[in-house]
Amino acid sequence: MADTIITNARLLDPASGLDAPGALLIRDGLIADCGAGLTAPEGAAVVDAAGACLAPGLIDLRANLGEPGAEHRETIASAAQAAAAGGITTICVLPDTDPALDDPALISFIARRGEATGSVALLPYGAATAGCAGKELAEYGLLREAGAIAFTDGARAIASARTMRLALSYARAFGAFIMQHPEEPSLAAGGAATEGELATRLGLPGITPAAEAMMVARDIALARITGGHVHFSHISTAAALDLIRAAKAEGLAVTCDTAPPYFDLNETAIGDYRTYAKLSPPLRTEMDRQAVVAALVDGTIDAIASDHQPRDADDKRLPFAQAEAGGAGLATLLGVTLARVHAGDVPMLTALGLLTARPATLLDLPQGRLAKGAPADLLMFHPDRGWKVEAGKLPGKAQNSPFDGRALEGRVLGTWKAGRRVFGG
Amino acid sequence: MTYPRKHLLAIEGLEPPHIADLLDLAESYALLNRSGKTQRDLLKGRTLINLFFEDSTRTRTSFELAGKRLGADVINMSVSTSSVNKGETLLDTASTLNAMHCDLLVVRHGQSGAPSLLSQKVDAAVINAGDGTHEHPTQALLDALTIRRHKGRLEGLVVAICGDIAHSRVARSNMHLLTTMGSRVRVVGPPTLIPAEAARLGVEVFHDMKAGLAGADVVMMLRLQRERMSGGMVPSAREFFRFYGLDAEKLAHAKPDSIVMHPGPMNRGVEIDSAIADHPTRSVIGEQVEMGVACRMAVLDMLARGLRRNV
Repeated sequence: MADTIITNARLLDPASGLDAPGALLIRDGLIADCGAGLTAPEGAAVVDAAGACLAPGLIDLRANLGEPGAEHRETIASAAQAAAAGGITTICVLPDTDPALDDPALISFIARRGEATGSVALLPYGAATAGCAGKELAEYGLLREAGAIAFTDGARAIASARTMRLALSYARAFGAFIMQHPEEPSLAAGGAATEGELATRLGLPGITPAAEAMMVARDIALARITGGHVHFSHISTAAALDLIRAAKAEGLAVTCDTAPPYFDLNETAIGDYRTYAKLSPPLRTEMDRQAVVAALVDGTIDAIASDHQPRDADDKRLPFAQAEAGGAGLATLLGVTLARVHAGDVPMLTALGLLTARPATLLDLPQGRLAKGAPADLLMFHPDRGWKVEAGKLPGKAQNSPFDGRALEGRVLGTWKAGRRVFGG
Repeated sequence: MTYPRKHLLAIEGLEPPHIADLLDLAESYALLNRSGKTQRDLLKGRTLINLFFEDSTRTRTSFELAGKRLGADVINMSVSTSSVNKGETLLDTASTLNAMHCDLLVVRHGQSGAPSLLSQKVDAAVINAGDGTHEHPTQALLDALTIRRHKGRLEGLVVAICGDIAHSRVARSNMHLLTTMGSRVRVVGPPTLIPAEAARLGVEVFHDMKAGLAGADVVMMLRLQRERMSGGMVPSAREFFRFYGLDAEKLAHAKPDSIVMHPGPMNRGVEIDSAIADHPTRSVIGEQVEMGVACRMAVLDMLARGLRRNV
């Protein structure tokens, strides 16, 4: 493959703190060089970025792809299309599929299906418990050998304190963290929205925000006694963030991510029973949203994940409490994150770092940085160019965006996977 | 006389003049009904469908009577809950109803927001006859009319709504209507049956029945669903009756001329003592039913004025 040079770019590399004009040279699927004053080698294909931003391709720490088992909602091929359009070059795939990814053969199957797309690497999580049923531990060693990056039961909380303790303990032997959906299930059972004034007015069964903090507090205590690494997903409340901040200060192996709905929307988005805004955890109060934004800036949050949960019209066109929770998030991951940058809440490199270098560090991945020798997974975007999120017109199959109707600034112009252009151009 | 919307999905959001207009119109229908006269040409040629996904005798009959007294063709559709637990069927039903050119659609459904979802898919004017734990707007109208007839006003009255507030659509609609009209509303019940942030709806919260009833002009009791006890929100019927059931002793804390209301059907001996329920001067429970027909006539009349299709 001939060399490619992307010139006239604003290079953004959160790992090194680089934000400067320059060029980037791709050779054999890797970044051969980048910086100012780079000249095109003879025969290299030249892409003129015309001043657009060039950053590492995004690493999505958490997405459900529907496959296997729910192909009517999303297939790996359609998710790959949405990911390429959204600048995502690596997706960490949740295991609570049908069947659950609790067998080494299924782990390698997912990884191979990712390779077959040619545009996005799929890094599967292994099930934390057999069948993601919350009882017996899955085979962490064998799953890890097959390529599992870490362990989780996906959207299902590991409810039993004893099981969670064993999982955190045992996973240490294989250098993997346990990712928890932090919601105390007995408190959240039957709930459809955050408990409070709005849920009361709408007559919807509520979930107290304390259900999140309570599970976080429990699992921090378990991390303390086991020495294991717990990672909390889609953190959405100030109370949980305070606990995580304190645990980090104590030196415990505690990390967390959040997802764009939790720093861009608050509970009022469910308005007149808008089921596209029904998520798990549910959207919170404005005060909690602001706390999530603050935690993006102060480093308490380690990554922004799409938390992509594909749903079809039949899942959503139901009375609110009966509708499925979950939002499509691949195509909007960058745009909604950049909205916080444009609002002046989060610096550009901090925001991009939460989508690239920081999840790469968490998972010890070579990608996610503009460094010589790193894989040429790249994202070119125009930070100010606007577009409108329209359910029905999004790339890929899943159209259940909670951001339907939202105007965003920040448009993906090109995506490269291992040096090959997979979107734009 | 104005009503700003196509549907009646909720009391929340209605302005005082809209509510007052509806009550005035209902009052005139109450007088008409008592006089024995009818007005069978008003909705002539209009089709009213009662679509009930939950069992109801009282409300369905009340709407049926209201529609018939105004001359509408009334059809009752009861959809058994066992065959309908998917909203897909709800929207399928909507397209069926559209094909039938229904003008007025009265909906009761076990899920909050179901009438709102239907209203987005049907051409008919939708009237919420009770959705989940959300609202029951015509019940609040008939309660307000009953109160107004006895007290001459709503403004400044102390109204105590007692019992299972958390799961009550009647309570929610009444809280919205009465606070909008300037009543001082109290909700009284054990903390497990008071919804989160109830005070944010402009009401005062009491957990002690006697304190909650002190000086009340109106005592409104709610039905306690049996499943609340199996759900552990109330330990037993006898404990509930002891502390939150309305008997003569507790009622003595309200004003001497206070009236007692209940949306029915009553659990005698659970939330209300029979002697109170049947009290000749204090109980207005029978009159509530009468006003129900009048209020529903007013709502049908008002919404039919906004219908586009000529008949």
